[in-house]
Amino acid sequence: MFAFLSSQPVQTALIVGSCAALVSALIGVFTVLRGNAFAGHALADVSSAGGAASFLWGISPLLGFLGMAWIAAFGMEFLGVRKARERDLATGIVLGAGLGLSALFLYLDVTTTSTTGAAVSVMFGSLFAISQGLIWPAILAVLAVFLLVGLFYRPLILTAVDPDLATLRGVSPRWMGLLQLLVLGLAVAVCALAIGAVLATALLIGPAGAAIRLSRRPAQAIFWAMMIALTAVWSGIWMAYESYYWFSGNAWPVSFFVVVLIFLFYLLAMFGSSWQHKYRRRGITSLRRLQEP
Amino acid sequence: MTNQSPILAVADLSVDLGGRSILRDVSFDLYPGQLCALIGENGAGKTTLLRTLLGLITQRAGTVLIGAAPAREHRELVGYVPQKINFDPDLPLRTRDLVRLGLDGQRLGLPFFNGRTRHVVDQALQAVGAEDFADQRVGELSGGQQQRAVIAHALVRKPRLLILDEPLANLDFGSANALVDLLGRLIVQQQMTVLVTAHDMNPLIPVMDRLVYLVDGRAATGTVAEVVQAEVLSKLYGYPVSVLHHGGRILVLPDAPENADVANMNRCAGHGV
Ligand SMILES: Nc1ncnc2c1ncn2[C@@H]1O[C@H](COP(=O)(O)OP(=O)(O)O)[C@@H](O)[C@H]1O
Ligand SMILES: [Mg+2]
Repeated sequence: MFAFLSSQPVQTALIVGSCAALVSALIGVFTVLRGNAFAGHALADVSSAGGAASFLWGISPLLGFLGMAWIAAFGMEFLGVRKARERDLATGIVLGAGLGLSALFLYLDVTTTSTTGAAVSVMFGSLFAISQGLIWPAILAVLAVFLLVGLFYRPLILTAVDPDLATLRGVSPRWMGLLQLLVLGLAVAVCALAIGAVLATALLIGPAGAAIRLSRRPAQAIFWAMMIALTAVWSGIWMAYESYYWFSGNAWPVSFFVVVLIFLFYLLAMFGSSWQHKYRRRGITSLRRLQEP
Repeated sequence: MTNQSPILAVADLSVDLGGRSILRDVSFDLYPGQLCALIGENGAGKTTLLRTLLGLITQRAGTVLIGAAPAREHRELVGYVPQKINFDPDLPLRTRDLVRLGLDGQRLGLPFFNGRTRHVVDQALQAVGAEDFADQRVGELSGGQQQRAVIAHALVRKPRLLILDEPLANLDFGSANALVDLLGRLIVQQQMTVLVTAHDMNPLIPVMDRLVYLVDGRAATGTVAEVVQAEVLSKLYGYPVSVLHHGGRILVLPDAPENADVANMNRCAGHGV
């Protein structure tokens, strides 16, 4: 355990991984609440083009992921989008274009630079290989997201519940939509850095989806999503580190373990909530009354 | 009553949507303490009219004054209960949270616990009889309970005018009666003014002071006795209709085929009806 914690790459992985877990849990809850899961997934995938470009031009991968996620977000907003169907369409079109760019940049990475493994680390992440210089930018991105969401917490929830009710309270659904895309882009960038652009969706949607089934309040959902995401990321990092010994010198990637753990948590939450429903339908409300005097 | 100024004054309101004229020259006034029913078939323009009053749709012509000021400036005087909000069963939001959003959902910062806020929310929950499911998720409630939750959301700021869109549409007979009672109580106990739409006027007749009868975007206004007459409604529909009274209920029917608009009948036949 000491060897584990004192290793430099492990420390960096734990910090960046925790950043990704916290930010994705927070934004994930809002994304799932608004039924925006597909847009979140698309942004994450498209951000891979930015990650690939960052290898090519030698800029920070965090900036690469972020830049591309924002371009895609505003592309979707611009092409978009009143009805849900149109929104899916615009999202799909931006997704296709973004992945095309990603293919080009990854090809150029391989042919024009000496980078090996760019494709794997952009798409699927390599948490143990993250440079220490990215720790502070990642923390700053997370702080920015927490600040913005904390500030606009109630308007964001009200808009997610019903845009008309929000308008009547003087909240502009359009501005809230833009804000949501902005923070979604930041969250996606940190997640893509940690576990890869393709797998970022898992961290964004999985813990939030599981937590929402178990919670009765938005704050409660955010709390449980954070707990699930942190547990998955920390255990994933530990398992990947240990797997070096399990598979005689062939360590498996962190991302794999993280994603599998999230999937397990989601299954558990599903069974948990359907059990909860059954319990309620049997009409044992009097029991609950006793518990909550 | 006439020496008071109207809380809602609608004058010559015309609204277009998607290049089509949806409302034409609608005018009516609503005075404090009244319950006004906005009656019309599906597609008559009821929802469009409400959304225009709330400033969610901009009119082509005409004016809407709420409390003697342009509608957008006086939104805090109005509570709105939309026809149907689709709450996801998994939405992690209790009835109590939804109601609180009606009070301070526009505020910045986190919603910390606050005794006064809690008291005000409890009052709104009580006013609609929602105490029993205050701590349940909104998405798990029955249609009637969800409606009460949204009404509490609209009531919690103590608006002077409460606007409800087809609140009776998805309710069984008992719940519908309970809701009509509730509206009557709000008017008496909280000095509220209520504007409510419905496609069937009958459940509301015992409590309504006035009605606006909407046919294809045009309106006739007055008391039930003034508006629900064969002569007035025939003019509004553009073809002869009869008004039948039966056991305290009112039925508006197009006249028998030989008197009805022949072209209209042919059109129906042409569609293989
Ligand atoms: N956004 C829109 N664009 C074009 N037409 C619309 C729009 N919304 C409603 N309409 C049309 O306006 C008419 C009135 O609709 P609505 O106000 O919803 O009627 P009601 O609520 O009385 O059933 C309908 O014919 C409907 O098709
Ligand atoms: Mg309607």
